[in-house]
Amino acid sequence: MIKRLSVSLILASLGLIFVALLLGYSPDEELNVTGRYYAEHTAEDIGAANIVTAIIVTYRGLDTLGEVTVLFLTASIVGLVLARQSKNTPTIQAEPAGELLNIGSRLLVPLILILGAYVFINGHLTPGGGFQGGAIIASATLLMLLTDPMRRFSHRLIAIIESIAGLFFVTIGLLGIFLAGGFLDNRFMPIGEFGSLFSAGAIPIIYSLIGLKVGAEFSSMLVSLSEAEDS
Amino acid sequence: MIYIAMATGFILVLMGLYGALTNSNILRMIVSFTIANTGVNIVLVAVGYMHGRTAPILDKTVSVAEASAKVIDPVPQALVLTAIVIGLGVTTLMLAYAYRLYITKGTLDIAKFTELKW
Repeated sequence: MIKRLSVSLILASLGLIFVALLLGYSPDEELNVTGRYYAEHTAEDIGAANIVTAIIVTYRGLDTLGEVTVLFLTASIVGLVLARQSKNTPTIQAEPAGELLNIGSRLLVPLILILGAYVFINGHLTPGGGFQGGAIIASATLLMLLTDPMRRFSHRLIAIIESIAGLFFVTIGLLGIFLAGGFLDNRFMPIGEFGSLFSAGAIPIIYSLIGLKVGAEFSSMLVSLSEAEDS
Repeated sequence: MIYIAMATGFILVLMGLYGALTNSNILRMIVSFTIANTGVNIVLVAVGYMHGRTAPILDKTVSVAEASAKVIDPVPQALVLTAIVIGLGVTTLMLAYAYRLYITKGTLDIAKFTELKW
């Protein structure tokens, strides 16, 4: 009873704060200083059509590196926590998936992978980018796991893709120090024609690497969870 | 419009916290946390929205010269992109720990885990 009361009290006060925030909120009429700087300088400085991508990959590139590191840590901890005690536990024999799911996944998995690659390669031009593309790629893994829960993915392959993508990400960041203005500066490669695929310096490469890395990390989490369920 | 989005976000946060505080099943708490997480993201995106403007992507309709008058604030969008990804990582971690707790104790009822209680 006391617990219910305290919970409703906490939530009511939080709700009051939210209502006060909502009533006191008036939307901005124009961009604030930071937003205006990004909107005005992205095109000539970075050369990316998508301003959000320019912020994530270049202006705040170090944060993105940290974020990818957090994801890597998460994937490793999930793998560690769910690590199997013994290799030869009797596994449950799952019923085979239906014809529709089998054929459908065989048709869809390549298409999903291509869509994921498209999304992260065009991250500097269209809505999307490495994280979204990586998540799409991981959804292909999820579809394969749904079709055949007993399927075993090579942890080694996932780890290799992930490490190589991370290594190149940091290497490109370091190249920025020596050839351009600073860590993760994209301008050591030609900025190119604004709005074309090969533009914005190193952003397409960095975002593709992030896409591969995120896809590998999400897939590794899914595979770890799936294997824990089987054992 | 923006107020609807913000109110929805705040309500989702409250719903999520209510669920996390009142449920005793760990899985339900995890679901509640993801709901609260979604609410926070909606509020953040709503803060960056400005009426009559478009997405911060420069193309034929939004030229470089008039960008600052036509696009919405890109900073909250970048922030939310980060928050979504980290939220997914946190959810996965919680699920992994919940699985481990279930293996150890054979139950997902939070009231049965009394080791840290005094």
